[in-house]
Amino acid sequence: MNIQNIKKEFPIFKNKVQNNDLVYLDSANSSQKPLVVVDRIYDFYTKEFSNVGRSVHYLAVAATNLYENTRISVQKYINAKEKEEIVFTKGATEAINLVASSFGQKYLKEGDEVLISELEHHSNYVPWHYLRKSKGIKIEFAEINKNGEISLEEVEKKITSKTKIIALTHLSNVTGAILPIKQITEFAHSKGIPVLVDGCQSAPHMKLDMQELGCDFYAISCHKMYGPTGLGILYAKKKWLEELPPYQGGGGMIGEVKKSGITYGDLPNKYEAGTMATAQVIAFNESIKFINEIGIKNIENHEEELIRYGEEVLRKNNSVKLIGSPKKRGAVLSFTIDGIHPHDIATILDEDGVAIRAGHHCCQILHDKLDLTASARASIGVYNTKDDFDKLNSSINKCKKIFNSK
Amino acid sequence: MNLKELYQEIILDHGKNPRNLRKTENFNKDAKGHNPLCGDKVHVYLKLNENKKVEDISFEGQGCAISMASASIMTDLVRGKEEKEVKEIVNDFLEMIKEKNQLNNKILHEDEKTKLMCLSGVKNYPMRVKCATLSWHTLTSAINNSQEEINSETD
Repeated sequence: MNIQNIKKEFPIFKNKVQNNDLVYLDSANSSQKPLVVVDRIYDFYTKEFSNVGRSVHYLAVAATNLYENTRISVQKYINAKEKEEIVFTKGATEAINLVASSFGQKYLKEGDEVLISELEHHSNYVPWHYLRKSKGIKIEFAEINKNGEISLEEVEKKITSKTKIIALTHLSNVTGAILPIKQITEFAHSKGIPVLVDGCQSAPHMKLDMQELGCDFYAISCHKMYGPTGLGILYAKKKWLEELPPYQGGGGMIGEVKKSGITYGDLPNKYEAGTMATAQVIAFNESIKFINEIGIKNIENHEEELIRYGEEVLRKNNSVKLIGSPKKRGAVLSFTIDGIHPHDIATILDEDGVAIRAGHHCCQILHDKLDLTASARASIGVYNTKDDFDKLNSSINKCKKIFNSK
Repeated sequence: MNLKELYQEIILDHGKNPRNLRKTENFNKDAKGHNPLCGDKVHVYLKLNENKKVEDISFEGQGCAISMASASIMTDLVRGKEEKEVKEIVNDFLEMIKEKNQLNNKILHEDEKTKLMCLSGVKNYPMRVKCATLSWHTLTSAINNSQEEINSETD
């Protein structure tokens, strides 16, 4: 595949950022958008707009069909058994909050344990913390090994008779470690424990197959996979969506509403209360098409080669310290530089048009564990090239020069 | 935007070798500050004498060059000043960093003001203003004896 041609599909790269070509290395935070996605939002609002699932007029029916078409595309993309297993949310954060809230309400009581890991993004910790406050549950943390990975053995070790659900990231947004979700799920299921996977960092970069992974819940962030903001996906096995209570109440999610009582709508409407992010859902279909046209395997191969190159470049740069050395690294490279705070690095790199993230990346637990207050992170998408890492490296050298670092 | 304006020699120097980075013995006022987005942390210690003059001021913490330099320069400049003078300097600095182009107080000498003005480059970097102001807000909190930890995200 030709990356330069793919890059041309992203209008943002046509513009200069502070008189520089943009070197965008912040895709783990949010990816850039191909023109087809942007155009789809514009076209929907200018030519096809209507709310979905309510009115019977022409535009409403057409919009409803478009909306449901994305659901089918997502179902196929992640190999879910049924389209009803795909729930649209306002983000992956809401998807995890939905599970924590609904599952917690029905199944968790004081003393029960939820097993997460030290790698988790705050969005896969804080929703469980609410239950710690409201229900007195306990949160256990699977600990990282020296490579910044979570092993199957570590998860097995932390499971007790009180463990009621396991919630883990598929790919760490800091160390880049990819967790053995399939094996973890197999083990958890042998103990009767359901598994939720935070797939924010994996979904844009890896082939996803819910049947192979076997997990019960999978949360996806659409804006990280070349899609619009304000949209996430919760995949959940049908039995869970049937069993769990709804998350939010409102229009669109009900069956019958009487003064004496209320019944809820069929799946997946039961979990989609209120007017949804209609334009975003419809535009997200273009993101999936965009990925499918390139081929997720091709994306995986390109990014694997690229991240290996990036790792090599940064390893050669003395005074750069990489965070984590997982056996198989996802699309992120986090690092620190002796004597230069990550925020100073990010500001100086920015002057050259190199956009990275600095901070704790919503992973304070992990940074505490590593005894860091912050780190710098370069993360890639399909549009990145080796040249981007060369530019990153020369900007890092400039940084060292300014700070007179060795 | 100009990187050289932000990372002036004096900022780099104070960032690398912060003055007064220690804990004042027998301090009688202190406060903590935290910038949760960056992870910057600062703890300011003050010793005021019976005349409400700053006999000693110091800080502990970690953060970026801007936040460390700002705390370092701040502690240098307010030593020996009276409590109400400190408050005036703090307010003047905070106004300068947010909207004004100069310092108006009559307490600091011109060379001291010049030193402090080195921090004015952050104005062009809105995301970094909090780095420069954290220790100053924390100093105010210490003087006011407020037990509340300064959080850059809630002010």
